[in-house]
Amino acid sequence: MERSCSSAASLLQGDFVSEPISRPAAGARINLTNVTKTYPGQAGPAVESFSMDIAPGELIMFVGPSGCGKTTTMKMINRIIEPTSGSITIDGEDILSLNPNELRRRIGYVIQQIGLFPHMTIAENIAVVPRLLGWDKNKTQTRVEELLSVVGLDPKAYASRYPRQLSGGQQQRVGVARALAADPPVMLMDEPFGATDPITREKLQTEFLRLQEKLSKTIVFVTHDFDEAVRLGDRIAVLSERSQIEQFDTPANILASPANDYVSQFVGHGAALKRLGLIPVHQATLGPNVPVRGAIEVSINDSLRNALDSLVLSGGTPVAVVNGQGRVVGSIDIERISAALGAEIPALTRGGQTEAPLGGGVLAAGGRP
Amino acid sequence: MTAQATRDVSTAFGTASNRRGKYFSFKRFGTPIVIAVALLTLFLWISSLSLDSIELRTLNWAYLQDRTFEHLRLTVVASAIVAAIAIPAGIALSRVHSKAVHAVVFGIANVGQSTPAIGLVILLAIVWKLGFEVALVGLVAYSVLPVLRNTLVGLEQVDSSLTEAARGMGMRPFQVLTRIELPLAIPVIVAGLRTALVFCVGVATVATFINAGGLGDMIVNGLKLQRWPVLITGAVVVSCIALTIDWLAGLAEDLLKPKGI
Repeated sequence: MERSCSSAASLLQGDFVSEPISRPAAGARINLTNVTKTYPGQAGPAVESFSMDIAPGELIMFVGPSGCGKTTTMKMINRIIEPTSGSITIDGEDILSLNPNELRRRIGYVIQQIGLFPHMTIAENIAVVPRLLGWDKNKTQTRVEELLSVVGLDPKAYASRYPRQLSGGQQQRVGVARALAADPPVMLMDEPFGATDPITREKLQTEFLRLQEKLSKTIVFVTHDFDEAVRLGDRIAVLSERSQIEQFDTPANILASPANDYVSQFVGHGAALKRLGLIPVHQATLGPNVPVRGAIEVSINDSLRNALDSLVLSGGTPVAVVNGQGRVVGSIDIERISAALGAEIPALTRGGQTEAPLGGGVLAAGGRP
Repeated sequence: MTAQATRDVSTAFGTASNRRGKYFSFKRFGTPIVIAVALLTLFLWISSLSLDSIELRTLNWAYLQDRTFEHLRLTVVASAIVAAIAIPAGIALSRVHSKAVHAVVFGIANVGQSTPAIGLVILLAIVWKLGFEVALVGLVAYSVLPVLRNTLVGLEQVDSSLTEAARGMGMRPFQVLTRIELPLAIPVIVAGLRTALVFCVGVATVATFINAGGLGDMIVNGLKLQRWPVLITGAVVVSCIALTIDWLAGLAEDLLKPKGI
């Protein structure tokens, strides 16, 4: 309550209108300690003794199979599901002592089914939380228009439409905008891009990452898609039955050294390729300049995975690496890519196995900062 | 119980959603035309007859107006009471997830509807009294069920992801009800009211047996005295009222249906 009041007050001072997204409420620290949820009439708990500390501005992915309790765990943070025992704090404040409705107005919530209210226009949908918080009309309208622009929808064209008139991808953008409406420090996202087609999903993911770079909210993001987790997450929690944490680490570390069989199974085949997708070309030690042959080149900001793709096309000969201006700044080949992955080049080239090389330091740096 | 309820109102609900966009359909203009033609034909036919003194006592504007007014009053007051009872009851039921409670409430409502209205009304008249109030009780008992059922079904068919999203944004349960659930359930609830209204118009004809007036007077008198013009006038006017009310309720359904659906 205190938070929402203070943010509302700062919004009233007008700085919000001129420089909106540059000064969003920063993320909050979330702490879960021994959180357990037992449903009456069920033998075992759905979530058992779950503990996690989430730093402000972190994007945490909960990954696990259906029914592992990842969604239940997330929903306890905004008390859509009440924990049976344990404590949850946001910025040190015990959420179980707060009024659940006031708590939820401070937490953005995006669900897979999107849940836009079909009888309200897009503008009205986004204005739900501001209305609950008692913002005045002008401020709400300004905020709605601003948020629509932020998620890439023209306010003039979309504000007065109804959800039915939008495509799935557009609806989910509105879903994200609605969750951001009152500038909450915490966002909970339950497979938000799960129901969209692959192309739309990738686009939404890219936009979402860009948005998060600007906003740095603390986000708990539930997904069953490990690739999505690798792509988006600062840290990934791989969960098993009863929401047990099998491994909680950066994407690069999980890919490089899965903690156990369960995690390896989840990582699936092609872990090395997935890791390459996380490392930009400039992280690798580049070779001497080579001329661009047959228009095969790779940008220094591309991932090593793309570099490998070009190498396959070039027949294995080193591929030119170009900078933003298109000037050749070096070259890359298979050995250099392997080297960037870790020290154990012989093992990699001989067996093609990703036998957990301890190159975690380099890899962690290669992951998202 | 719920599955049965869904099936029972499926026609009413289907009609509601199929009406989307058909603001100028035949239904919209056809019904008033049919009503006008029927009433005009009736008027011309009655005018062409030479009526005897018994017929003249009923087939005049003042008498017809009084009976019609009585009939409409019964129908409208009964429907209003039904709405006042059944909609809140349906909302309350939708908050209770106990199947036993649902079964008991629908059991009672079912008894109300399946008991022949004439039997109930006459029974009530014997143990209580004659007149308007008794007829009202009979009508209400008879028409609670469709409104109750449609209210419950209307609320239950609201996508649970919508109510969860609403809760997740910090709406209080009452706000979820008034801002999300009820607006989305309105078409189904109004369809139930429409059914109740039409029920009431028909059943209000039995009010005549307990001296509560209405167009039933004309039908029963016409039968007893073998004056067919009287009987037919009563029957045609009742039918036209039922059609008119159904038509008006259909308009209301379209007007009240939330935009965007």
